[in-house]
Amino acid sequence: MSERRRLRVQSLLPNQPLLRHLLAAGGGAVFFLAITLGLSAYRDFEMGEIALYAIVLAGMSILTGVNGQISLGHGGFMAVGAYTFAILQIHAPMPLGLELIISMAASAALGLMVAMPATRLRGPYLAGMTLILALGLPQLADKYTATFGGDQGLATTAPTPPAGINAEQWLAWIEILCALVVLVLLANLVRSRFGRSMRAVRDNEIAAALAGIRVARTKVFAFVVSASCAGLAGAFLGLSTGVVNTGEFALTLSLYLLAAMVLGGAGSLVGPWWGAVVLVYLPQWSTSISKSFSLGNSVGANLAVVIYGVVLIVVMLAAPSGVQGGLRWLGHRALRLGAARSSPIIGVTTGIGPEAERPPSAPPTAEHERTNP
Amino acid sequence: MSHFFDLTLNGISAGMIYAAVALGLVLIWRATRVINFAQGSMAMFTTYLAVTLLDRQVGYWEAFVVALLAGLAFGAVVERVFIRPLRGKPEINAVIVTLGLLILLEGLAGAIYGVRNRGFPAAFSQSGLSIGGRRVSFSHFDVFILVAVVALMLSMVVLFRATDLGLRMRASAFAPEMARLAGVRVGRILTLGWAVASFAGSLAGLLVAPTAAFSPDYMDLILVYAFTAAVVGGLDSPAGSLIGGLLTGLALSYVGGYLGSSLEPLGAAAILIVVLGSRPEGLFARPTPRQV
Amino acid sequence: MLEVRELAVSYGAVNALDGVSFSAAPSSITAVLGANGAGKTTLLRAMTGLVHPRAGAVHYDGDDLTALGVEDVVRRGVAHVPAGRGVIDQLTVEENLRLGSLWRRDRVDGRKAMAETYELFPILAERRRKLGATLSGGERQMLAIGRALMSRPRVLLLDEPSLGLAPRVTVELMAVLVDLTPLAALTVILVEQNARSALSIAQRAVVINLGRVVMADTAAAVGADAGLRHHYLGF
Repeated sequence: MSERRRLRVQSLLPNQPLLRHLLAAGGGAVFFLAITLGLSAYRDFEMGEIALYAIVLAGMSILTGVNGQISLGHGGFMAVGAYTFAILQIHAPMPLGLELIISMAASAALGLMVAMPATRLRGPYLAGMTLILALGLPQLADKYTATFGGDQGLATTAPTPPAGINAEQWLAWIEILCALVVLVLLANLVRSRFGRSMRAVRDNEIAAALAGIRVARTKVFAFVVSASCAGLAGAFLGLSTGVVNTGEFALTLSLYLLAAMVLGGAGSLVGPWWGAVVLVYLPQWSTSISKSFSLGNSVGANLAVVIYGVVLIVVMLAAPSGVQGGLRWLGHRALRLGAARSSPIIGVTTGIGPEAERPPSAPPTAEHERTNP
Repeated sequence: MSHFFDLTLNGISAGMIYAAVALGLVLIWRATRVINFAQGSMAMFTTYLAVTLLDRQVGYWEAFVVALLAGLAFGAVVERVFIRPLRGKPEINAVIVTLGLLILLEGLAGAIYGVRNRGFPAAFSQSGLSIGGRRVSFSHFDVFILVAVVALMLSMVVLFRATDLGLRMRASAFAPEMARLAGVRVGRILTLGWAVASFAGSLAGLLVAPTAAFSPDYMDLILVYAFTAAVVGGLDSPAGSLIGGLLTGLALSYVGGYLGSSLEPLGAAAILIVVLGSRPEGLFARPTPRQV
Repeated sequence: MLEVRELAVSYGAVNALDGVSFSAAPSSITAVLGANGAGKTTLLRAMTGLVHPRAGAVHYDGDDLTALGVEDVVRRGVAHVPAGRGVIDQLTVEENLRLGSLWRRDRVDGRKAMAETYELFPILAERRRKLGATLSGGERQMLAIGRALMSRPRVLLLDEPSLGLAPRVTVELMAVLVDLTPLAALTVILVEQNARSALSIAQRAVVINLGRVVMADTAAAVGADAGLRHHYLGF
C-alpha cells in the first residue's frame, strides 16, 4: 500500500534531477518575483539579503552536511569576496557580472590555500584553523588601511536598474536570480557522481580511498566551492549595505552563519533559506522583543547572540538535522514514504527506517549499549 | 637587542596563559575526544563573576578563589548537561555544541554585565621589575602568572602520577572500556576531567584579565592561540601544553613585535599549518594509539 | 552459583546470542567453546554488562547481573579479562595492577594483593616499572589476569587467554589457573578457541554455535564426543 503511494508521489515529478531542480528554481523565481513586486523597497532589500545569505549557507551546508568538513571561517571568505568586489569597483570598474566572478575567484583562491594543508586535518583541527582565519583576516584589513579603507571601509555602488524599477528591487532580483542559479548548480553537484564521492569521504575516508576516490581532491574541491559561494555572498553583502568594512565580518558572523546553517539543516539545500530568514530577521525580532519587555540596552544588543547560542546547542542536542530535517521527517511520516534519512554527519536518522549509514569506528554496538553512569 | 629581550619576556608571560588554557583543552580532548571551543568563554564567565564580587567589595583573593571553584563546578555541569548526551554521536556534533556555548556565554555576559569594557584589578604591581638598575618588561604580576601556571602544572603532575584519582583519570582517558572493567566509574571521572580543565581555564582567565580589554570576547584570541599551543605540544599531552604554550607565546610575541600585532592571528595560523603538515601529533605525543 | 538463563543479545538485526543457558559452580572451570563468531565474546560482554541483552538474565548471588552497570558488576566480584585488550599500554605494569584494586578502597589489602600477584607471576615483578606496551604477548596476558585477580574476584571471565601465545606459555597459564581456582574458590568461565587445552583443565564445557548452545556437559563428555569435536571444535 505504502509502496504504491510512494510511486505515485514520485511519478508526479520529472525523472531527471536537472529538470527537477530547474523546475524548483523556476517555481522559486516566480514566488520571489511575486513577493518583491508587492513589497516596499525595504522589504525588497531584505529579500535580497535573504537570497545572499542563502548562497553562503548553501555552500556551507554542502561542505558540512555532504562532505563532512566544518568551517568556522566563512565570514572571512565573505570578507574576501566583499573587499575584492569593492576594490574592483573603485580601481578597475567592469561589468557587474565580471566583478562578481572575480570576487568569487578571489575567495576560491583563498579557499584553495586553506583547504590544501587542511586535507589531512580531521574535524577539530580544521575547525580550529578556520577559527583562526575568521579572527585573523579582518585584522589584516585593519593593518593595511590604505587599501582596505580602515575603519570606515570602502564604499560600493549599487547597479543601476533599468527604467521603471527601483534600485532595491533590481538588486534583490539579481541576488535572487544568482541564489537560484547557485542552488541549482549545487543540487546537481550533490546528485552527481561527485556528490557520491563527497558523501563517501564524509562517511569513511579510508574506505573511500580504497574505493578509488581521490579523497584530498574531493575535500579541497568541496571547500573551494563553498568558499566561492561565500565570496559571492560577501560581494552581494557589500552591494546591499553600500559599504565594506571589517566590522561586518567579525568572528560573530562566522559563528552566526554556522548556527543558521545548522538550524536550517546541514546537507539540505532548502535549509539555507530557513537559516537566511533567521539571519536577516533575528536582530530585528530580538530588539523588538527586548523593547516590549523593557529589558534594557545591554540585553537587547545581546539577545540575538544568546539566541544563536541556544539554537546551536538545542538543535544539536534535540534535532540535529535542523528544521529541514524535521520537516522532511514530518512529510515522510505524513505520506508514509518509508525511511527518512538525514545527513548522518550531523545527527542520526530522524525517522523511520534503518540507522544512518555511519560505519562503526569502534566495535559494533549492540542495541541499548550501556553508557557510563 | 633590548626589544628582543622585552619581546621574549612578554612571550613567556603570554605563553604561560596559553599553556594554562591549552592544558584544559588537552585534558578534555584526551578524556572525551572533544575540542572545547567554549573553554575561553567559560573562563571569561567565571572571571566576570569575580569582577561582580570585587564590585561588591569582596576581597581580591576571595573573589579569585570563588572564580576558580566556580570554574570547577562549571566544567562538571557542562560535561554532564551538554556533552554527555552526545556520547557516541558524530564528533562534529559536540564541536558545534561547544561553539554554541561559546556564543551563548558571550551573549549572556554581555546581557548581564553590559558590553562596555571594564577594568580588572591586578593583585600585584604591573610595572616592570627593576633588575640591575634597569626596568625590565616583566612585572610582579608577570612573576605571579609564571608562578601560578607552574604551580598548576606541578599539581597536575602530582595529581596524575601520584594519586589513585589520577590513575583512574589516565586509565579512563587511555582505555575507557578497560577502566570500566577494572571498576572505575568512568562517567564520573570524565566529568571530573572537565571540571579540572575548566579550573585551569578559569585560572588563565583571571590571570589575563588585568592586561586585556575586558569585554565578553576577550578570551577569543587566547582560545585560538591556546589551541595552537595545544596542537604544537600534542593534543594528547598535558606536558606538551606547557612547552607548546611557551613556544607559541614566544613565536607570536616576535611576530607581533617585528611584523605588527595585527598579524599575530595569521602567525598562529602559519604555526598550525607547519605543525599539522610536518608533525600532526605534536611535539610530545606518544606513538601508542588510543585503545578502547 | 553462576547461572546464565536464556541469554539473548542482538547487534542490530543480527542475533549474536539466541537463548544461551548454563550454570557454573564455585571452584570450577567451565570452558566455553565454539568456532569464531559463535558468540562467545558476546556472552562474556553480556555477563559483565558491556552489552545489554535483549532477553534473558545472568544470576549470581541473588543478583541479576544484566540489570547492573559494568562498575556494579565488578563490585559484585566479577572480573573480566577481555580478548587481547586486558592491558593499558600507556600505564606501567604496577599501575595496571593497582588499577584493578582501586575500587575496593583498601590500601593495605591492595598492597598485599600486589605482592601475591608478583609471587604468582614473577616476571611482572621484574618489569613492574615498564610500560604495558613494552611487554611480550605472554607477559601481557599475565598482567591482564593479574590485574583481574587484584580485585579478589569470585568470578573470573577469561576471553581467549591463549590467543597468540606460544604453547609453552599457554601451558604455564593454564597451570596457574588450575592451581588458583580451588585456592580462591573461583568460578572461572574460560572462553577458548584452543578447545583441547581448555578441555584439559575444565570440569564442565559449553559448546556454542551460531549463538546457541549445542552441548553443555562435563568436559570429559564433551571431549569424548568425536563427532562434536570434529564439527565444532576443530579436532
